[in-house]
Amino acid sequence: MTSTDQQLPGSAAIEAAALRSDRFRFEREADWQRLDAIVTRMEKGQLRRLSDEDVQALPVLYRTVASSLSVAREISLDAATLAYLEALVQRAWFVVYGPRSSLGSWLRGFLGGGWSAAVRAMWVDVLIALAVMVAGAVAGWLLVAGDPDWYSAVVPSGLADARVPGASREVLMRSLDGAQGSTGLSAFAAYLFSNNAQVSILAFALGFAFGVPTLMLLVQNTAGLGAMLWLYHGQGLMLDFAAWLSVHGTTELFAILLAGASGLHVGRSMALPGDRSVLQAAAEAGRRSAQVMTGVVLMLVVAALLEGFARQLVHDMAGRFVIGGFMLVAWLAYFLALGRNSEGGSQ
Amino acid sequence: MSTAIPDRLRRSPRDRIMVTPEGIELPITLASKGARAGALFMDLALVTFLQIVTTITLASIAFGGLAQFFDAGDKAGGFGALEFLFVIWIIAMFLFRNAYFLFFELGPRGATPGKRLAGIRVAARDGGRLSAEMVIARNLLRDIELFLPVVFLASAGEEGAGAAAMAAAAWFLVFALFPFWNRDRLRAGDIVAGSWVVERPRRKLEQAMSTPGTGANAASAGDASVPAWRFTDEELDVYGEYELQTLERVLRENRREAMEKVQGTIANKIGREPEPGRERLFLEAYYAQLRARLEARMRMGERKADKFS
Repeated sequence: MTSTDQQLPGSAAIEAAALRSDRFRFEREADWQRLDAIVTRMEKGQLRRLSDEDVQALPVLYRTVASSLSVAREISLDAATLAYLEALVQRAWFVVYGPRSSLGSWLRGFLGGGWSAAVRAMWVDVLIALAVMVAGAVAGWLLVAGDPDWYSAVVPSGLADARVPGASREVLMRSLDGAQGSTGLSAFAAYLFSNNAQVSILAFALGFAFGVPTLMLLVQNTAGLGAMLWLYHGQGLMLDFAAWLSVHGTTELFAILLAGASGLHVGRSMALPGDRSVLQAAAEAGRRSAQVMTGVVLMLVVAALLEGFARQLVHDMAGRFVIGGFMLVAWLAYFLALGRNSEGGSQ
Repeated sequence: MSTAIPDRLRRSPRDRIMVTPEGIELPITLASKGARAGALFMDLALVTFLQIVTTITLASIAFGGLAQFFDAGDKAGGFGALEFLFVIWIIAMFLFRNAYFLFFELGPRGATPGKRLAGIRVAARDGGRLSAEMVIARNLLRDIELFLPVVFLASAGEEGAGAAAMAAAAWFLVFALFPFWNRDRLRAGDIVAGSWVVERPRRKLEQAMSTPGTGANAASAGDASVPAWRFTDEELDVYGEYELQTLERVLRENRREAMEKVQGTIANKIGREPEPGRERLFLEAYYAQLRARLEARMRMGERKADKFS
């Protein structure tokens, strides 16, 4: 028996109660107090001190007390008891319908099909984001091809360092070489991850403003890429640059594409909710995007490892293309094939 | 069904009715703006504190440990250790910024330490399960609501660009004031997640007021099973549920002046003489019999909201 701070009425009290609603209460009070005690412990975070029977009894007790509340509303006018039952059912509801206790089981469902299904459910936004990214890269190329002065405006100065218009072939060539030795690589990878993850979270969050800032961010980022492509192309290093980029780029650009698509998905759902309410549409899109975004962060971890280690340690063009191509095929296969039978995005 | 939910459930403009998956309507109270702001400040203070402590700890380890490596002439080992600490620092900062809220709101209590102290928590707006996706979505949006303008403001300060600072301030205000612009006080993250922030109810089961011998002066009641007063149906029918609940409250509060006044009112209304000194017994008897009468009528499907109906 769980501890109660109140004496439970015995059968004598039940007999003595003149009102049917009071008899109803006294007959069920033990269940209420037991649920109260269990919920109170869970609220205090003392999960370990709960016995197995209590944990197993929780859902049943919740339904029992919930039905007590329904009946009490029909037969009782005891305001204090009703208010108590309402509060108790609400507290138990928080616990019973709270976040799933095991993050592990959520992750299994997420990696085992939830993520890829969510990505497939927003395929329209993925295509739009892809088109915008390609357009951004083309625009970046055309801008600097027309007037090289644009280069400093399009490519962030921190990123450009020696890679500026007018740089010699040797300088550009050297920038594609891996670092010698392995010192500093893990710090570099961690920095890249933290930075890229923050940017993609930003791209997603900006989708709240109907997706427009997300698209602008995508264009801004890929325009820089287009400008750099132009720069290396000018020195006949296009393939070398592509190989250098593909090692981590297929994963990283894919992740940024998905982050942009997520933001766009939320923005588009809010702007064009269809026959749902705006709030409902936003919430559905938001939950689906949250899955995709969790995956994006994981992809960026992979991208940072590739960028920090694989790219610096693998120097020949073919090897780099193999790694990058393999990653691209692997991601595509994962998103297109996995969890086909559990179609429908978020549940 | 909505008519069966009495006014009792609409205590403040922050009260909402939520339907659980079992189809039970529950009154739920939205968290006040003060509680939410307070919770946020507590959480931010805690995050900042943790970040500073982590940074200082790692820095002291770095300075202490590196000296040993360099004293021993092991330069490569020294750089390796430094790099390792730097990686830990970057990842720790990223996690504090992005995972602090996630970690706590994904727990069984659905609340960060700040929210717990403020007595509030996150819940699903549709009455269903608070899923991991909701918690992730509502916290990803924090990035543009909270951290972005702060970073923006800090970088704008360096270049002394007034326009950028103004833009950051405007941006911040739009999101900070977002809960003021919608009925359910949703911030941008709540809208995208389908969640809301509500108060945690706390309530003890109180004594039944209608059973014999529960009153404060029950000892003087003598044989409680024989009520000192028997009221006729006509005497009981002058009041409804609203008056019954008022009477219940007066009895629970158990204040002498209030009981004297209420006894006077009731006695006057039904044409009996008030009995000074026995107010509580009188009111208990009237309460029990009025409730029995109203509940009996309720079972027949007729309800009497108040004395006017």
